[in-house]
Amino acid sequence: MTANRNAVLFALVLLAPAVAYILFIVAYPLADTIRLSFTNAALRPNIDWVGWANYQKIFANNKFTEIIIRTIVWTICSVSLKMIIGTFGAVLLNAAIPGQTLFRILTMPPWVVPMAIGIYMWGWMYNGQFGMISGLLQNFGITNGPFSFLGYPTPAFWSTIVTDVWIGVPIVTIYFLASIQSVPKDLYEAAWADGAGRFYRFRRITLPLILPAMLTMSLLSLIATFNSFDIIWILTQGGPSGTTTTMIIDTFQTGIRSSKYGEGAARAVMICIFVSIFCLVYFRAVRRLSEGEIK
Amino acid sequence: MSDLSRANAAAGAAEIVVKSGKARRARAATGRPMIDRYRWWEVAALYAGIAVFLSFVLAPFIEGFLVSLKPLAQLFSTPYSFIPKNGSFDSYFNMWTSVPNLGRYIFNSLLISTVETAIVVIIAIPAAYAFARFKFPASGLLLAAFLAVNMFSGAVLLIPLFRLMRTIGLLNTYWAQIVPGAAFLIPSSIWLLRTYLLRIPRELDEAAWVDGASRLYTMRRVILPLAMPGVVVVSIMTFIGAYAQQFIFALTFNSKTEYMPLPIGLFAFFGKQEVQWNELMAASFVGILPVMIIIVFLQRYLVAGLTAGAIKQ
Repeated sequence: MTANRNAVLFALVLLAPAVAYILFIVAYPLADTIRLSFTNAALRPNIDWVGWANYQKIFANNKFTEIIIRTIVWTICSVSLKMIIGTFGAVLLNAAIPGQTLFRILTMPPWVVPMAIGIYMWGWMYNGQFGMISGLLQNFGITNGPFSFLGYPTPAFWSTIVTDVWIGVPIVTIYFLASIQSVPKDLYEAAWADGAGRFYRFRRITLPLILPAMLTMSLLSLIATFNSFDIIWILTQGGPSGTTTTMIIDTFQTGIRSSKYGEGAARAVMICIFVSIFCLVYFRAVRRLSEGEIK
Repeated sequence: MSDLSRANAAAGAAEIVVKSGKARRARAATGRPMIDRYRWWEVAALYAGIAVFLSFVLAPFIEGFLVSLKPLAQLFSTPYSFIPKNGSFDSYFNMWTSVPNLGRYIFNSLLISTVETAIVVIIAIPAAYAFARFKFPASGLLLAAFLAVNMFSGAVLLIPLFRLMRTIGLLNTYWAQIVPGAAFLIPSSIWLLRTYLLRIPRELDEAAWVDGASRLYTMRRVILPLAMPGVVVVSIMTFIGAYAQQFIFALTFNSKTEYMPLPIGLFAFFGKQEVQWNELMAASFVGILPVMIIIVFLQRYLVAGLTAGAIKQ
């Protein structure tokens, strides 16, 4: 009994630094966000309780609803593209052909280099006058005259998505590749002996077996993409005329740039609510999937 | 529990990723099994697919490198030419004089990432050991709470963090970037290391216990040396995460030039009359160098870390 209590005590001592750190740097600020969202905190020293006023203000006009819808569309487009390209990439990198290891290494750079640096490079590529994409399109005669990708609403929206996909694809690809390789080889051999073709084997063996991994990755990617800040901030700062302003950009602009801490905090709370909903949906999906496996 | 087994399966798979290259080559020598044999057009299609895939992944780097070779006059001229005419490595020399602080920025980036990694590893090792070896009330709940940290990006908590940093007087220091940066790397590291520790047999702890070793001694002298490969993976993953994500905290919590990391310092190239894109790209490539060295030499650790841990982009 005492040994057991000692063990628990020892474990708690080991955990103490991590718990204290997270409480101080994540949990306390989270609680503070919720508290601030009910106040009119700003640069001035005194803070007054304002109840639901910040939330009422947010929803008073359609602008915030627009931002929510834009964020969701942006996130879903980006995550779906990452999943599709990641699956293709994983299948290609899984093929037993010479150069395999080299190709796997070459997939990683967007993930390991400082995000901001990769984004600066994309910023130059999108440049209308001198950038690569516009330049090559002109050289091949597809467009005549320069085209600024970040200068107009729809192209800017899609350009930020492409850059986000670019940063996310390596992780998705490598993760899917590992889960494809964890599929037992004898399943393929049995199917092959029965005359199943390559595509049939992929559809009926690989895909169902990597589905849980795909689901996990979708959630992680969904959360990361929903919270994505650097890409849009560096490329467009939410412009042109607010057409790439997602919830996180909006929060930053209100809370940090305009120093309206209270209103910014209310926006941050909205983000947390959305992320929590994603997680609930995910856990339900996982449970349904594992119940299906038992049957 | 299913999450856990999945993580273990993935960790095992990561080793397969690493080994498969060699295994396949060995098999190719003795004759590839029929199931892996491709017809010539299938091979061609695979290479074409990989070419398309990799050109998307590498396009910015290729363009960035070519830009760093072009003289500024050629960059700002039309029509566009992909290949540099009379390209040179001049930018790689001139950038140090046009932005005198460049060396400092690169040093800052490395310093911040290194200190963050040290903090994260020192805090994560005991925590991961506690989760892997001891049953205590609400351990599952506590682990879930740690992982929930990954749901919140630093950007969401920026406002209270800013106030917190101001209150404790860390604004405009290295610590303002290090302290919050490390917090968001701790949970994934605990998870990753715990997965690794679970694969070390419990019998070793018990044997040490029977021999009269204290719990602390068992952790430090029996388990930790065996867990070193896992610690290396966690350190590399943390370093890369810390190096890759230097932006938002540095942008918001620090305004002093001497503490800026490279991603923020690069803004100096925008300050000129004409943005010196060629030098900016050259500086970027120098900044990328440390992590490029890591992926070339430590590729297999990266794959292992990426697949076994809870991932954060």
